[in-house]
Amino acid sequence: MRRRIAMITALAAAAVSVAACSSSKSSSGSSASTGAGAGSGSAPQVSGTVTVFAAASLTEAFTTLAKQFEAAHPGVKVKLSFDASSALATQITQGAPVDVFASASAKNMAQVVGAGGASTSTNFAKNVMEVAVPPSNPAGVTGVNDLAKSGVKVALCQPQVPCGATAQKVFLNAKITVKPVTLEPDVKSTLAKVELDEVDAGMVYVTDVRAAGSKVKGITIDPSVNASTEYPIAALTKAANAAGAQAFTAYVLSDAGQAVLTADGFEKP
Amino acid sequence: MLPLVALLLRAPWGSLGKLLSEDEVRTALRLSLECATAATVISLALGVPLAWVLARAKLPGLAFIRAVVTLPLVLPPVVGGIALLLALGRSGVVGRYLDQWFGVTLPFTTAGVIVAETFVAMPFLVVTVEGALRSADRDLEEAAVTLGASRLTVFARVTLPSIVPSLLAGSILCWARALGEFGATITFAGNFPGTTRTMPLEIYTQFQQDPPAAEALSLVLLFVAVLVLALLRDRWLRGPAAS
Repeated sequence: MRRRIAMITALAAAAVSVAACSSSKSSSGSSASTGAGAGSGSAPQVSGTVTVFAAASLTEAFTTLAKQFEAAHPGVKVKLSFDASSALATQITQGAPVDVFASASAKNMAQVVGAGGASTSTNFAKNVMEVAVPPSNPAGVTGVNDLAKSGVKVALCQPQVPCGATAQKVFLNAKITVKPVTLEPDVKSTLAKVELDEVDAGMVYVTDVRAAGSKVKGITIDPSVNASTEYPIAALTKAANAAGAQAFTAYVLSDAGQAVLTADGFEKP
Repeated sequence: MLPLVALLLRAPWGSLGKLLSEDEVRTALRLSLECATAATVISLALGVPLAWVLARAKLPGLAFIRAVVTLPLVLPPVVGGIALLLALGRSGVVGRYLDQWFGVTLPFTTAGVIVAETFVAMPFLVVTVEGALRSADRDLEEAAVTLGASRLTVFARVTLPSIVPSLLAGSILCWARALGEFGATITFAGNFPGTTRTMPLEIYTQFQQDPPAAEALSLVLLFVAVLVLALLRDRWLRGPAAS
């Protein structure tokens, strides 16, 4: 018995040390210290690191925005983490050290606001769906209705992820039932399955098709059945870098920030 | 120890019964048990001969084969999943011919889950059995040979019975690893209820919409893990030590 307990303890200790290794060491930027950065407009001086959690579909746009923000505020570092909005919302309500949350749906932002993670949020973009197929289009998909055909392998996002919920709205509008072969954890995983030619089609955002370039082909969904999702952003109440959070959020909403989003295919909210 | 204690303390025990009666959870649990068992059976069929070769054969490059066989032990499972996709996916190195010639595609099927689990879990069995074969009493086998037994008879009647404890321990380790498989499964086989969503994937999925449910379901797998440890310690691992 003693030996068994010793062994279990050892295993648990190993588990703890592994967990400790993998936990992110995000530096908590000092909020109101003297920064040399050029403050944008009336915002206070920004310094340190701004940690941003953003929906997977924002990967390209927010990477650009972060670079521009860093260029405008020398010495400031933006740390980005992209995942499904639902996964990020759970991480935030579980106490992840984050300054800004940009969600791909009002629902996941409401989750964070409801848990006291943010007081208000502002919509900064809108996105509509598109069918992505491999460049060779193996199943000969010509429209969203083809996704309901048997024999067409379709990848969707899980229904609790914004891209999954929005895809369901499209199917509802088109009055079709689609039986996918897989429900992926976020939109970039769905896109990857298409890029790898493992499925015949995937439901992603127009911005993802654009970002994937020649690796996938986009099949436009008729506007009469297409659905959209709004992207809200919020500086979080528990932000370690409150000034940085405010400044980054303001930048995303500024004309310069909106220009980046428009260039990547997002629509105005 | 702390994370497990936290799980025991914080998990909503009350909702466990209700969760376990839900169709989706029962399906995931059944799928997990079936796939882990199938992966263990395949691992036994492929892994025991492989272990024998590694332990007994005198081949050039054996050290290299051993390294390749044990690689999945240390390889991050998600890397294994990507490798499996590139090999057995619809346009993979081998998978493309499976599709063209036989119309078989493994990703997004239950068979894909079993392949992923076998890939990750088989080394546990191979390593355990190989160790037992190395330390097995060769004199008995030689005696059997001098008495006219064929190599196959020796293996089946003399070698195999002598390594039964390790075979069982290896199978349980392999089964437990297969049951907990996540990374390679979600990467290679996808995530769909009923066909590829095993318990770990179910927990991951639930955690995004209903964290308490995920905590409760985690208890189930924790319970299985503790049970496996108890079985290993009490029964079979002591077997060879006592003899």
